[in-house]
Amino acid sequence: MLLLAFAGIYTVVTAPLLHWETFWQFLFQRLILDGVRLTLVLTVAAMVIGITLGVVLAVMRLSPNPVMSAVSWFYIWFFRGTPVLVQIFFWFNVAIILPYVGVGIPFTHFGISVSTNVLIPAVVAAIFGLGFNEAAYMAEIVRAGIISVEHGQTEAAQALGMTRLQVMRRIVLPQAMRVIIPPTGNETISMLKTTSLAFVASVPELFTRADQIANSNFRYVELLFVASFWYLLMTSILTVGQFYMERYYARGAQRELTPTPFQRLRRLLFTFHVPGPT
Amino acid sequence: MVKAEAVHKSFGRLEVLRGIDLEVNPKEVMCIIGPSGSGKSTFLRCINHLEKIDAGRLSVDGELVGYRDRGDKLYELPDSEVCKKRSEIGMVFQSFNLFPHMTALDNIIEAPMLVKKESRATAEARARRLLDRVGLADKVDAYPKQLSGGQQQRVAIARALAMEPKLMLFDEPTSALDPELVGDVLDVMRGLAEDGMTMVVVTHEMGFAREVGDSLVFMDAGIIVEAGNPREVLSNPRHERTKAFLSKVL
Repeated sequence: MLLLAFAGIYTVVTAPLLHWETFWQFLFQRLILDGVRLTLVLTVAAMVIGITLGVVLAVMRLSPNPVMSAVSWFYIWFFRGTPVLVQIFFWFNVAIILPYVGVGIPFTHFGISVSTNVLIPAVVAAIFGLGFNEAAYMAEIVRAGIISVEHGQTEAAQALGMTRLQVMRRIVLPQAMRVIIPPTGNETISMLKTTSLAFVASVPELFTRADQIANSNFRYVELLFVASFWYLLMTSILTVGQFYMERYYARGAQRELTPTPFQRLRRLLFTFHVPGPT
Repeated sequence: MVKAEAVHKSFGRLEVLRGIDLEVNPKEVMCIIGPSGSGKSTFLRCINHLEKIDAGRLSVDGELVGYRDRGDKLYELPDSEVCKKRSEIGMVFQSFNLFPHMTALDNIIEAPMLVKKESRATAEARARRLLDRVGLADKVDAYPKQLSGGQQQRVAIARALAMEPKLMLFDEPTSALDPELVGDVLDVMRGLAEDGMTMVVVTHEMGFAREVGDSLVFMDAGIIVEAGNPREVLSNPRHERTKAFLSKVL
């Protein structure tokens, strides 16, 4: 197996028509680096919307108020049920059906309105599309986390006089984090790559930039390698971040924290057997 | 302090409380005993509105719990007012229910700071006094997982006391403990009783009921079968059902 994988990689890397110098030439090129930056901006913005809205939706979904719960259910049903590509494209083209958005007093001429194209430029369209879609998935992840916290915790907090929201914010959600973090890390990593769909809105993120350059020099595979290199680097950094987040929220759940890879290495290297008294 | 009149409670078609009448006076320690499923825990949880009652009236310190009296109809109170009432009633659970993501100290200061808007300094000073009182002054920074069951339950008692309640409810506080840890928890409760705290204790500790309790209630199948002075009820039960129950546990 290992041999087969090695042979495959070797064949691709030494392919006769693959220009490695093109790869190196564009790896740190300014246009590419700008694309990397925009990809990060899109990821962070979409995840912030996704997580914030997701928490609100999850709490609404579990609310005893049937209207709240139904609104949340409908949102999740709709945004999870349509492709994210369609949603990005929708926000990008919404100006066609609604050229102006504004607030005003009904049946009067008072009010202000703004051109939709000014209000939602391509980058914002991509962030809306990605973020609102993500919120639907995050809502389910957060809900699973909240349900995983033992009911006795809620009762103990209520018995002390805390309101529903205080119980949620201070007691239930911090404990739910342990269950919420791993899939959220997954979602963030997935989001980092899904931002390449912003391509349809001509947002100049990493993939769009690589594609544009390739369109001019026809070195498609080399530029895909350049893009892949950056995607891999960014997902690797996120994986490390996730480890430390999980460790932080494990407080109180385990008697001792899991050692970091560095601590493990140090223990391996610097643990000596102390000779006993003779 | 607590007044119950014809309190009824059902879970679906199962009638758990079938008309409970009782009164707890200030500074009284009332113990409730009975077989499991008799409704004693449910009744205790109705006192601070963790369970809603279906019929009857239940008041603490002269005010209805969870409802407002208007004419001859009862209206349910909004969450915020129920919370205010609950903050005056301390509760200790069988399974401790300490907040596992907080140290012993943080467990105790959380509610005073959040609900009563106390400053951290005030809340911490009281929390340290309370931990000292329950004999755990050295466990300030320990997480619940690092404490034994008995220690956890004593932190839980300190947490409830930090709200300076008028009334303390204990729901089988020693049932989940190893036998050798029961004593420490009962000692803390005895100290509380001596200081004049009004207490309602659901328990299987007949010794505690006899020595510390001012009154004893025996419940079975959702009604109060017998009530009175603990020594009399325990040594001279009048009812057949009380006799049968006591012969099994004593």
